[in-house]
Amino acid sequence: MKAQGKVHKYGSNVDTDVIIPARYLNTSSHEELAAHCMEDIDKDFIHKVKPGDIMAADKNFGCGSSREHAPIAIKASGISCVIAASFARIFYRNAINIGLAILECPEAAADIKDGDEVSVDFDTGLISNITAGKTYQAEPFPPFIQNIIQKGGLLKSIADRL
Amino acid sequence: MAMTMTQKILAAHAGLPAVTAGQLIEARLDMCLGNDITSPVAINEFEKSGASRVFDKGRISLVMDHFAPNKDIKAAEQVKRVRIFAGKYDIENYFDVGKMGVEHALLPEQGLVGPGDCVIGADSHTCTYGALGAFSTGVGSTDLAAAMATGTTWFKVPSAVKVTLTGKKAKWISGKDVILHLIGLIGVDGALYRSLEFTGDGVKELTMDDRLCIANMAIEAGAKNGIFPVDETTMAYIKNRFKREPTVYAADPDAVYDQEVVIDLSALRPTVAFPHLPENTKTVDEAGQVKIDQVVIGSCTNGRLEDLQVAADIMRGKRVADGVRCIVIPATQQIYLDAMRLGLLEDFVKAGAAVSTPTCGPCLGGHMGILAAGERAVSTTNRNFVGRMGHVDSEVYLASPAVAAASALTGYITDPEKAVD
Repeated sequence: MKAQGKVHKYGSNVDTDVIIPARYLNTSSHEELAAHCMEDIDKDFIHKVKPGDIMAADKNFGCGSSREHAPIAIKASGISCVIAASFARIFYRNAINIGLAILECPEAAADIKDGDEVSVDFDTGLISNITAGKTYQAEPFPPFIQNIIQKGGLLKSIADRL
Repeated sequence: MAMTMTQKILAAHAGLPAVTAGQLIEARLDMCLGNDITSPVAINEFEKSGASRVFDKGRISLVMDHFAPNKDIKAAEQVKRVRIFAGKYDIENYFDVGKMGVEHALLPEQGLVGPGDCVIGADSHTCTYGALGAFSTGVGSTDLAAAMATGTTWFKVPSAVKVTLTGKKAKWISGKDVILHLIGLIGVDGALYRSLEFTGDGVKELTMDDRLCIANMAIEAGAKNGIFPVDETTMAYIKNRFKREPTVYAADPDAVYDQEVVIDLSALRPTVAFPHLPENTKTVDEAGQVKIDQVVIGSCTNGRLEDLQVAADIMRGKRVADGVRCIVIPATQQIYLDAMRLGLLEDFVKAGAAVSTPTCGPCLGGHMGILAAGERAVSTTNRNFVGRMGHVDSEVYLASPAVAAASALTGYITDPEKAVD
């Protein structure tokens, strides 16, 4: 599985309240959630994001609430992958469970700039910054996690067990 | 191999003699929880998966607390969806308006969680039940859906940070000051992916309400769970309350910890987290003149009876300052009733505060006290992120009920000692 796109870069401790403010949690519609994604820290995000784009951030991305609406909003906005120095644990789990690709890579997170063109290979964990001509190595997911992401989420991946 | 308290509970629920940090396990669950925001997403996933029954109708709790009593039509539709699901599967612990309370105050109070349990909830503050000596952690809606179908979930076994508490806290110091101080020390990712295991002589100085408040905010340090040893205070709390048999686990004396933090309770001062992260802590002495527009006393962090008692003790016979809106929200119907019998609600209303039915409401900027641009609130809740309680240009200062009540009387962040004379 691979992804390539333009990077939208944020700082540390991007919390789930700014990814999708609670005032919009009265719906579970993916499209409605996506329409307000990142609104409280970057109101232009939803107008500039293109399908396949990549989000990058520093440490503790997705801290705060357990709202699955946060990775859902990011995925439904068109983002193909989030790269961060580290992720808050519930966001990390939720992203995998709904099939949003994520990679932890402090070197890439520190180096990649807003607007860079970046490609990601999930099988190998290799992140290539095409704009800067640099590569970074992230730990690839084990096959069972890759399977969840590829199938589009946890329940789809375990459907035959139920 | 020596284990932490958390690791022992996880091993027991995975049917394994021992586990080590980093190990992936599948664990049996004693209780799983959803609310009116996270359950609809879980129900969507549950139904899409083709599941036709829940694993145990007595081990699922659905609490309609965040936007309930329904704040708008969409919120009403979400609660309706959960109500229909609960009816269809005969979920025993479905709590709607009139019976519901803020989930993490309600489940311990109702005896639905207790010592030795392994619990997940689709709400990040599910870590609260660690106060009772349970392993309890927040997950997302998809995990809840899978758990409702199978009664199990997977975990990566965490390593731990040991937090040793010593000494006795002074008069106006509460669990809130302990946890804010700790988060100030280690940061909002200071315990990321790890357990916070509380121990030491200071534990016995903490009431159950203190411990519930401390464990509640473990997530604010990034922790997977926070956990307290089981002692006489725990056993007294669960007596005539907990519906199952408690199992008491203790960390091995030679358990390995990533890090140890020591907190002397006697040295703590009332502590306030400034915008926009819970780690931005200052003592009330360092706060300066911060003028406020609103005070909120409530939530899963500080909406319990002791919280209301300490606030009422400060506010009784006095008046909320001009220009300040003070909103008091007892966290459950039982707490509401107890506060009424003790005359606390009368104290609040006479002081010029509003008293609400239980709801999470303003904590997450849902309803019942939203801030306008440029406004500031002192709140006993758990998060002060950008826009958390309303407008993106508003500010939330996190503090104990004592500091919140004192600040309501003066209109500035205030040391409780200075508000009583």
